[in-house]
Amino acid sequence: MKEYLLLFRGGDGKNLRQSPEKWQQHMQRWAAWMGEMTQQGKFVGAQPLSSDGKQITGTKKTVTDGPFIEGKEMVGGYLICKASTIDEATGIANGCPILEFDNGTVEVREIQEMTM
Amino acid sequence: MLDTNKLTDHLFRHDSGKMVSVLTKIFGTENLETAEDVVQQTFIDAISIWKLKGIPDNPSAWLFRVAKNKAIDIIRRNKHSLQYDFSDNERKLLTSEYTLATTMETLWKEELVKDDLLRMMFACCHPEISEENQITLILKTLCGFSTAEIAKAFLTSEDTVSKRLYRTKEFFREKKIKLAIPSTEELKSRTDAVLNSIYLLFNEGYNSTNAEQLIREDLIDEAMMLCKLLTENQHTQLPEVFALMALMCFHAARSESRLTSEGEIILLPYQDRSKWNFDLIFSGSEYMNKAAFGNELSTYHIEAAIAFEHCKAESFSKTNWQKILELYELLCRISSSPVTELNKAVAVMEVHGAAEALASLENISDKKKMETFYLYHSLLGEIHSRLHHSVEAKKYFENAARLTQSDAEKKILKEKIIALLN
Repeated sequence: MKEYLLLFRGGDGKNLRQSPEKWQQHMQRWAAWMGEMTQQGKFVGAQPLSSDGKQITGTKKTVTDGPFIEGKEMVGGYLICKASTIDEATGIANGCPILEFDNGTVEVREIQEMTM
Repeated sequence: MLDTNKLTDHLFRHDSGKMVSVLTKIFGTENLETAEDVVQQTFIDAISIWKLKGIPDNPSAWLFRVAKNKAIDIIRRNKHSLQYDFSDNERKLLTSEYTLATTMETLWKEELVKDDLLRMMFACCHPEISEENQITLILKTLCGFSTAEIAKAFLTSEDTVSKRLYRTKEFFREKKIKLAIPSTEELKSRTDAVLNSIYLLFNEGYNSTNAEQLIREDLIDEAMMLCKLLTENQHTQLPEVFALMALMCFHAARSESRLTSEGEIILLPYQDRSKWNFDLIFSGSEYMNKAAFGNELSTYHIEAAIAFEHCKAESFSKTNWQKILELYELLCRISSSPVTELNKAVAVMEVHGAAEALASLENISDKKKMETFYLYHSLLGEIHSRLHHSVEAKKYFENAARLTQSDAEKKILKEKIIALLN
């Protein structure tokens, strides 16, 4: 089993929150999706990210305030899961409820083993 | 306006057990203390907020919501702490913000809470925990008893009760007992322990005349609710479970006619039988029928049969004492206790007269222990009074009055002493 990082971008949580009922249903689908992963022993961890942040750059360690890029480009959250191949990981990502939004994207990246 | 303190006391009895069970499912039995702290804190909040803002429409839902939020806070603060283990599948999603609130909501669903309570009940009755510690824990965590009330029920000190609770929690901390309904092989013995404490709880409500009416009713309700849970879960539908349920129905049916509106005891011969709750007697006999399978006769079967004889009798004088005596003899053979011996002697007195009853008390086992029971002295007083031995009768009634802590009992005994003089 390898580990994969799923990066979530886009979506429209702010708007969805206007209707508590719709929001709740949406979050239940996240729970269902991650719940299935958990039952299969493939879930490692996941968290949404706040849009505020800081960025430190280079040897000078210059600190700048976020947001760093345009809203829909910004990483809104991540999930780490186990899968045998990139295709399997992509299959898992396919069920992510962020894809209920047209601008929602999931980037699937294999966690690389570092060799010395 | 409803008294906030009284209401929270009532809700604490009614809901704290459920809340502790769900919270223990969340934090693990090794963190029972955390679960109890959350419940405690929730009730403290309730008292202070309700006093200011008034009591919410659905107080139980309010309590559950606050407990839920407190649990979420604890998880957020401690998800990486070694004290808590969220690694198993049911709890893993509590560690992600994507799923924390939704998962928490699911864990508190009404239909799941019942099973949680049942599993918690079995955890409290784990075979490696001594029987008295099991009962103490059930009363504390599932029934919302205070240490003072438990101490009173066991005729022991609050200090002893605290030590028992501490030891049991220590055991949970070390063994990290999983919450589960026991396997088939263990089920019977472990259910026995659960039934034992349910009956103790019931008796505390049924017999104690110290406690307020509201508390007494809560105790009876709680005991019957716990037993009903066992009768409803297909894994725990044992004959003795139904038998105890029947027994409690027959007793509870008569509880209202046992006291005057001032809380004074009315003895069986003088009770207004039309006040008995015939719906409960009917439920009791249904449970009796359901209890009639398997090949083992539990004490609950016999006690239920005795209680049913009383319920069946149109009047005290029409009571079938012969049948009751036979049942007590059977009961004493299966499981003899001071109280059953004394009750048998009462039946002997009604069937064969006071002289025979006196003779049977002469041969009673463990007389020394018996002498510490007020009922023993009270019965001896009754026997001597029927034999017109006024001096002895007075002596025994006085002993009994000294031994009982109940004002209502003391009053009845005093009346009996006065009656001797006439």
